[in-house]
Amino acid sequence: MSSEVEFDHHTDRSKLKVSDEVAIEITDMNKWYGSFHVLKDINLTVNRGERIVVCGPSGSGKSTLIRCINRLEEHQQGTIIVDGTELSSDLKNIDKVRSEVGMVFQHFNLFPHLTIMENCTLAPIWVRKTPQKEAEETAMHFLEKVKIPEQAHKYPGQLSGGQQQRVAIARSLCMMPRIMLFDEPTSALDPEMIKEVLETMIELAEEGMTMICVTHEMGFAKEVANRVIFMDAGQIVEQNEPNEFFDNPQSERTKLFLSQIL
Amino acid sequence: MSSTDNSYVRTEMLPEREAPTGNVGIVGWIRKNLFPDVFSSILTLIALFFIYQLLAGLVPWLTGGIWNASSLSECREIIGDGPAAACLAVIHERFWQLMYGFYPSDSYWRPNLAFILLFAAISPVLFDGVSRKMFIATATVPFIGPWLLWGGSFWAPVTAALGFVVGYFVYKLVAKSMNNLLALILGPLAAIIWWLVISGYVSSGLASVIPLGLEPVASRDFGGFMLAVTLGITGIALSFPLGIVLALGRLSDLVIIKTLCVGFIEFIRGVPLITLLFVAQVMLSYFLPKGTDFDIILRVMIMITLFASAYMAEVIRGGLAALPTGQYEAADALGLDYWQAQRLIIMPQALKISIPGIVSTFIGLFKDTTLVSIIGLSDPIGWVKLIQSNSEWTGVVWELYGFVALVFFLFCFSMSRSSMYLERKLQTGHN
Ligand SMILES: Nc1ncnc2c1ncn2[C@@H]1O[C@H](COP(=O)(O)OP(=O)(O)OP(=O)(O)O)[C@@H](O)[C@H]1O
Ligand SMILES: [Mg+2]
Repeated sequence: MSSEVEFDHHTDRSKLKVSDEVAIEITDMNKWYGSFHVLKDINLTVNRGERIVVCGPSGSGKSTLIRCINRLEEHQQGTIIVDGTELSSDLKNIDKVRSEVGMVFQHFNLFPHLTIMENCTLAPIWVRKTPQKEAEETAMHFLEKVKIPEQAHKYPGQLSGGQQQRVAIARSLCMMPRIMLFDEPTSALDPEMIKEVLETMIELAEEGMTMICVTHEMGFAKEVANRVIFMDAGQIVEQNEPNEFFDNPQSERTKLFLSQIL
Repeated sequence: MSSTDNSYVRTEMLPEREAPTGNVGIVGWIRKNLFPDVFSSILTLIALFFIYQLLAGLVPWLTGGIWNASSLSECREIIGDGPAAACLAVIHERFWQLMYGFYPSDSYWRPNLAFILLFAAISPVLFDGVSRKMFIATATVPFIGPWLLWGGSFWAPVTAALGFVVGYFVYKLVAKSMNNLLALILGPLAAIIWWLVISGYVSSGLASVIPLGLEPVASRDFGGFMLAVTLGITGIALSFPLGIVLALGRLSDLVIIKTLCVGFIEFIRGVPLITLLFVAQVMLSYFLPKGTDFDIILRVMIMITLFASAYMAEVIRGGLAALPTGQYEAADALGLDYWQAQRLIIMPQALKISIPGIVSTFIGLFKDTTLVSIIGLSDPIGWVKLIQSNSEWTGVVWELYGFVALVFFLFCFSMSRSSMYLERKLQTGHN
């Protein structure tokens, strides 16, 4: 990433509070795809209100890690506790955990057969049993927040990439999640659109949302993250507070990686 | 090269000009589509020649057709030495039999009404403006329709529908108090017990209190296009949900369900329909308890449904495979459970993708119903043979088969058009 996105306003970091309460606790977690060991001895504790940026080379297991957190992938060893619930195969109500954890994908994954409004109200109506009218009001609120209320009646195919990704964020927010996961939310977008999506994410961070973002947007990391995690070959190689991480990386791998992307 | 050669600034915007003549309008269309170059022009002329030849033979044959005659020989007499003409009298005389078979003529309104109700039932799918309340029609037609066709006590379809209600409540109750899997078994079981054991008493009890019913019509009196349409529509209506279930079963993680579905689909697809129909005609009675009188039309319906559902399952599986995995993941990540995800996210898209294949299967199924003439049911083809075996009309071929073909074509063509309309209606942007 040669250029860094310039943001219009600057976050007052002192306002970004982190509570002592633990939101996610991952202990000695291992995962294999068949015989391929993708995640090795992952230990990670995320407090409520923390904003974590995960970076690392392609194939290092970043996506797999955050997909384990809402159990789109199953892990084989160790424990993952999300919001006090341990994720295990005999967990009956995985949907309950998932409805508390929002996820934004690289390729948006909006439902193309539904309007923007229906995309946003579907899960609240069917999972949370919210009355339709209320769900629509909530959806409108979040669509205004991501600055596209006027597109509510359109279909995803009629929106630009950046707009679609903002709808995807609004769709997750409509479920009032306590944790948000982002998997390279801007890497399928043009520079102009990257900025509008990142600004939405920064706003979210300022409101105290617990966030884990896989991204290579270093500007975003410096602006709001309180920890940057560097992964390589399925392991957490280094983690630090962003300024330290970028200015003074410790591991050789990190240095090499940073020299390539900055 | 100096830099001025490369830079250019437009000082004046160009006004819109009229398109050159011969590019627009009917002349433009003809030139572009029929005579764009020498080779295409030659092909166009050859095609026009053949079309002319065909129409020159067909149109006088039809327009000069004889409508008033009571036998083929009378037709021939009227034509005499004149130009060849169709003996349409046979269709004039036997029209109602070709349409309804031996169905009692004072009850034609019953199949007609059933047919109209059917359109009411599918209207919410086809048209936006229709009120959602029409889905009530969609739910009741499967019970009212057969009652209209076969007649009998009004309480039979009511108690049959109640079976679903009973099954649903047992399912809900068990799912709430015990677990889902048990509910999945006990719910349908309760419904089956209701249908086989209890519903008979309930319906005769109700009938003795309020006798309400239609004159019963025996299955052997069903015939002509009414029979073809009845078989076709039940086949379509039943094979569609069955196909969805089979497609999902085939993709299931549970090995037993998967094996069962694959086995069923592959077996059915590996066997010709006519074999299944023979099985329906002859063999099914071996498997059933002695003395059970199992309607031949019902048996044929079951076979046609099973046959079509195997094809349907594969068509729908194709649609499912075409969906990006991101759709499943997004549905999961939002906390939708398996059935919600299928119903709200996956199926609407997979079915939309498979519309052309689904409708092809429907059309194929509808035309395949003519095979029942081989096992002795009098569908339109069966009726053509019956009419030809009558000494008055022996030797009439083109008129009868032509008429049957025309009616089949009208049905199939409207199905194909509706499917294109539906596809366009469901089109939502470019992904
Ligand atoms: N379903 C799967 N089956 C087998 N291997 C997989 C599967 N998904 C991912 N992998 C492998 O696991 C490794 C980690 O994948 P992952 O998608 O987590 O990487 P990533 O860090 O997100 O990379 P990128 O930056 O390219 O998105 C890769 O080597 C990949 O090939
Ligand atoms: Mg990834």
